[in-house]
Formats: sequence, C-alpha cells, structure tokens
Amino acid sequence: MTTTSVTRDDVLHLAQLASLQLTDDEVDALQADIGNILGYVAQLDELDTEGVEPTYQVTDLENVWRDDAVRLSNVGRQELLALAPDSHKNQIKVPKVL
Amino acid sequence: MSVISDYIGVSAVQNVKNAIEAAKRSEGFNALLSLSEERALERAAKVDAGEISGRLAGVPFVAKDNFLTLGGTTTAASDFLRGFASPLQATAVERLEAEGAICIGKSNLDAFAHGGSTENSAFGPTKNAVDDTKVAGGSSGGSAVVTALGIVPFAIGTDTGGSIRQPASFNGVVGVKPTYGTVSRYGVVAMASSTDTIGCFATNAADAELVMDIMAGKDANDMTTLPDFFAPEQPATLKIGVIKEAMTDDVDAEVRASVQAYVDGLKAAGHTVEDVSLPMLKYALAIYYIVVPAEISSNLARYDGIRYGNRADATDLTGVYGKSRDAGFMAENKRRIMIGSYVLSSGFFDAYYLQAQKARTLLIGEFDKLFERYDTLVTPVAPTPAFAIGENATDPVKMYLADVMTVPASLAGLPAISVPANPTAAGLPVGVQLIGPRRSDARLLALAKSQEVA
Repeated sequence: MTTTSVTRDDVLHLAQLASLQLTDDEVDALQADIGNILGYVAQLDELDTEGVEPTYQVTDLENVWRDDAVRLSNVGRQELLALAPDSHKNQIKVPKVL
Repeated sequence: MSVISDYIGVSAVQNVKNAIEAAKRSEGFNALLSLSEERALERAAKVDAGEISGRLAGVPFVAKDNFLTLGGTTTAASDFLRGFASPLQATAVERLEAEGAICIGKSNLDAFAHGGSTENSAFGPTKNAVDDTKVAGGSSGGSAVVTALGIVPFAIGTDTGGSIRQPASFNGVVGVKPTYGTVSRYGVVAMASSTDTIGCFATNAADAELVMDIMAGKDANDMTTLPDFFAPEQPATLKIGVIKEAMTDDVDAEVRASVQAYVDGLKAAGHTVEDVSLPMLKYALAIYYIVVPAEISSNLARYDGIRYGNRADATDLTGVYGKSRDAGFMAENKRRIMIGSYVLSSGFFDAYYLQAQKARTLLIGEFDKLFERYDTLVTPVAPTPAFAIGENATDPVKMYLADVMTVPASLAGLPAISVPANPTAAGLPVGVQLIGPRRSDARLLALAKSQEVA
C-alpha cells in the first residue's frame, strides 16, 4: 500500500483548522493514519476525468423553496437554553473571547 | 427472532414489558445504550385503552442512538453528547409513533456513526448476535443485534456507506437503505449529508416494507426529501445482473458460495440472471473516503461545546472549542475530521475533493448504463462474514475495506437492501445485496420477499 507523506506540522495545522487540541500521542497516530488513508485514495489519480462534471448531490430535486414565513417551533426558548452547558439571564455564557 | 404480526392485537403493555425484559436479559451484547421504560409503558397503556391506534399499534421498536427521541437520552454513542436529553423527536420516530409503534430504547453505534463494527463507541463495542466474539458490524450494530436477538421485531438505523446493510448481513436480518431522500433526516445526527439515509432492520422483507412505507415521504423540515413514492409491489420477473467485480477472489469463498446459491435461487424462480461489469466499483471506496470525511468535517463543526453537549474547562474560547472537541470525539471521528479538513484545504481541493466528485459522476454513469438493461444488481454485502472484535481496530484502511461493496450505492443515491443468504459452515450469517435504480425500493423488497423460505 502506498502512503502519502504528511509531516507533523501538517497534522498540527489541520488540527488547528479543525479546532482539535490533540495530545502528542494523537498527533503521532494521526500522522501515520492520514498518510495511509491519503495513500489509499490517491488511486483516483489513475482516472481520466477531463471534461467530467462533479456530482455534489444525488437527488433530482432543484431549488426547493418554502414560504418566507415565521413558523412557531414546538421547542421553547427555556428548553433550548437548558441544553447549554452554561447560561446566564436567558443567554448562553462562554469564556472570555478577547 | 420475532415478526411484527406477533405483536398486533395483543396487550401493548405486555409487548413492552416482554421487550424490556428481553433487553435486560441480553445486556451482555451491549446492543442498547438506554431504555425508555416509563415513556414506553405510558404509550402502551394508551394503545391498550384505544387512545392510540395504527398499523403498528403496540409494536415495540428500537432506534439507533443518533435519532433524537423524547423520554431519554440521545448520545450518538459519544462523550460529546453523553447525557444529552433532546427536546424534540426525529420525524422518522414521529411517523412510527403516529402509527402506534413504541420506542423502547436506543441502540449502540460507532460514535457519530463513523465506523463499520460498532467498536468505536464511547460505551464499548456491541457483540454479534450469533457469535459474541465477533463484531456486530456497523455503524448501526446495536439495531441489527436487537432485531436478530428478537428483542423487538424491527429497529431503525442510518446508512451513509453501509451502516444498515453491513450489520444486517453480519447478524442475519433484513436491512434496508432506501433511495436517497426517501425518509426525512430531521432530528437525526448528521454525518455526510450527500449520502445519509434512514432505513430499518427487520426479520423479513414484508415487515421491512411496512416500516419503510410508514417512514417514507416528504417532510417540510428536510428539504432533500422526495414526494412519497414508496408503495408495496407484487413480485415481477426481473432482469438481474451479478456484478462480477464484486465476486472476485478478494471476497471470502464462503461468502461467494452463499451469494451464488442465492443467485441460483433467482434463476430457478424464473428471473433472467447475467454477469455484468461495474469497472468503477474498485474506485468507489477511495471516492467515499474523500467525499464523506469532507462532509463530516463540515457537519461536525457544530460540536463546539457552546450551545449543547459537554463543554471542557478552559479559560478562553479557543480552548473551549479545542478541548471539548478533543474530549468529545473518538479517534475515528478525529481521523475523519482531519482527512476532511485536508481534502478541502486550499492547494489540495482539486486533487482530492474535486477529483473524487468527478469520479463519482463516472460511477453513477456506469450504474445508469447497467440499469438501462437490468432491473436489479446483486453483490455480496461485505467481503467477509463478521470479523473478530479487535481484528481490524488498529488499521483504519483495513476497516474501511469492509465497506467496499456498500459504498457504491450510497454515492449514487440508489436503494440497496441486505437479505440473509446461507450462513457459513461456522454458522456466521452472510448477506446478499440487491441494488436497484432510484425509487425502486419497493421492487427490491418484493423480490426479497419472493425469495424468502417460508
């Protein structure tokens, strides 16, 4: 099986893009796994796709519209706020942003 | 195993009590993550009092734990959603309840439905119903096992690349992955939006047909749903193609023999059967493991520890995101998010993601061409019977190869069902996959019904 070379810095950059704070062991394991998986999927290079349109979705639906109208949800504000790990005065509370 | 008709016209309360007792006796399989005993018994009492009626009145079922349900938790088998109690219910569950069905509990899965064995669960692996040293298959392993054990006559699951069909095959039950867009995904934990589908497990094709008939149809809350096209059909004489690239030496000899015996049965029943070629089959897995991680990385961005789910302690917002996501996701979730981030990142997008979506067009073109001449295509569901727990755990690519037969239909949005064929000499179940053109779901089930041994 072929592997694609992925550096440790590549993994750390991806982790940053994906908002994952990985442990060192996880970085090592992912470096190897990502290389192997990219090596496997690289076989698509063999295919001639010149002039082929990409497929992004497989329904035959197009432009499904709905009325631009307010619909009442059957879930209330308090129920949704109660799901948040932390809230204060009807708002979701988070740590300092800046 | 049990069938739906056994549960109709008898005490719903007794049905629910029996199912919950059976579930408790089978705890060793780790197929169920939670039971919603109180709500189930309340609903059963209403059925017995005549307040709830319908085609599934009093019939207990189990939902994979990535369907939002009332009266219990929905965890997606993850630490992120451990303890999460949803304030709303998935449309698929609502439709079953509207016909009187009773959800008794939630089944185990690979966390966020990422996996093919139900080993990637934050709550431990589910064991195979037939051999407890083997995996249940996945990701809907728990739903397959509770059906195979006869705890309930049917269960629901999700299938993104084989997550219903492969565990159905590993446990010897019928598994239905419908045409993309058949059943609403509202209230179901999203994985890969261009291939996610909702389907079911049952012990026979007629029961699966009834469940699909009830769940299918347009939902204003899921814009990808198709107008209801599903209507049970009578079996017809069909032109059937056996995909030869799926019957090579790479497939376990006993699996091939079992599929061949099923195909011989189709011939004996008067269907025309020919070998056909789908050259793109060998590329389908590579396409899948680019497209699906890309969609996963996007869909799972919502798990940030802010609005719901579990939040890790940190002093700033970046830390909350990073630590919550590191603690909440399993290794396989992270692998897929990272691969997805890679193939979508600038510089690699054309080489991986765009090339995969073009290759997907080629795959769909080959299917379309075959369906000009054939009504149904046949392959094994998986290249092997259920493998041992732990056997593929350290090699992600080896684990992905278990999906090689099921991902093509997912990428093309086609209906595909897994039906039990002859087991191996060791008694392990084997499934045959029947694939049809879009909207031919009922025809596939009619064919499966006609081939079932009474």
